[in-house]
Amino acid sequence: MANPVSVIRKLGHVAVERIWRLGFASRFFWAVLMHSGSSFKRLPLTLREIYFSGVLSLLIIMVSGLFVGLVLGLQGYEILQRFGSTEALGTLVALSLTRELGPVLAAIFFASRAGSSVTAEIGLMKATEQLKAMDMMAVNPIARVVAPRFWGGVISMPLLAAIFSAMGVLGGWLIGVVVIGVDDGSYWSQMQASVDFRYDVWNGVVKSFVFGIAVSLIAVFEGYDSVPTAEGVSRAITRTVVTSVLTVLALDFVLTSFMFRGA
Amino acid sequence: MNRTVLDLWVGFFVAIGLAALLFLSMKVGNLSSSHLSESYVLKAKFDNIGGLKVRGPVKSAGVVVGRIAEIQFDTTTYEAVVSMTIDGRYRFPKDTFASINTAGLLGEQYIGFDAGGDEKMLAAGDTIAKTQSAIVLEKLISQFLFSKAADGQDKK
Repeated sequence: MANPVSVIRKLGHVAVERIWRLGFASRFFWAVLMHSGSSFKRLPLTLREIYFSGVLSLLIIMVSGLFVGLVLGLQGYEILQRFGSTEALGTLVALSLTRELGPVLAAIFFASRAGSSVTAEIGLMKATEQLKAMDMMAVNPIARVVAPRFWGGVISMPLLAAIFSAMGVLGGWLIGVVVIGVDDGSYWSQMQASVDFRYDVWNGVVKSFVFGIAVSLIAVFEGYDSVPTAEGVSRAITRTVVTSVLTVLALDFVLTSFMFRGA
Repeated sequence: MNRTVLDLWVGFFVAIGLAALLFLSMKVGNLSSSHLSESYVLKAKFDNIGGLKVRGPVKSAGVVVGRIAEIQFDTTTYEAVVSMTIDGRYRFPKDTFASINTAGLLGEQYIGFDAGGDEKMLAAGDTIAKTQSAIVLEKLISQFLFSKAADGQDKK
């Protein structure tokens, strides 16, 4: 059974399939970009998607940001206390949030909250042949369905990441200053002295923008490419979450190594 | 969903997002203080800069007056050339003394300015003449040990 030739053939088959799918995804990305003019011309469509993927994600982003900040405050204080430099708590909380945790965690929450529902929506539209029906009526489904969802995600993502980081900083302040009693002035002033706008805050925004593109593209692509059955759609949703999370983490490593290589 | 309600929510969302960005840049970052005002460049040559880093602070009387923009090595004099961007609000006399100090025992290193009494002020692009290098802890310890050893031999 384990014929070596057939094993190698299988390997080749898998590789070719993967590369073919990657090529299809790139061509799909290009098509989305080409047809995105109409999604800005018919703004209500995009606004509706910003509402669904952005506004409805607000609660989970704000609550999780707050709790990440609370935990960072507690753990950071516990560790900094050993070195007698608890004033640096603000620096620790703000730098870890604006550089890494804000964009990455917001992107992961965004993928599981909004990306999965986008995949489900497009996948079900495909399964019930609504996309084909649109094509028959000379309405391009990529321009009408896919592009607005893509841009809704891309626009929402940096805003959500910024909200996440801001909530986290407030959470760290809440636990550090209000509960534990680190000096309020040194919390903010140490933070301001070491957080640079261009180097830290702006790089975080760029990161979250890149993650927004990646997660939104994966979500719409998996939906569009799903097998049009109930099982196929559910698999596509799982793939969206898994692929998005892995892509975000890998991209984060690449971006970090380009942005923060030290002085 | 009603269009006006939708617009309201999206507007609310975008406003919160922008407010969070503003909060991050103004309250968390330092956009409000140093980047908006005009700045000028000063240079200083040091024999040894120790662990000085680009983007480190330049302080005078403990107040941050600028940042270190660039550190280069001069191959003709074998000295380190440090370029600093100084906040345009602050001017320093010609005989200002620049030294490399350390914040705390293990803290980051910064350049400290001690203003002199000259009437003329440093202009943009000028080089500070009087500098003091970083104190290298190992040299200090070895000096201390050698002087101790010398003391011990004298007593015999």
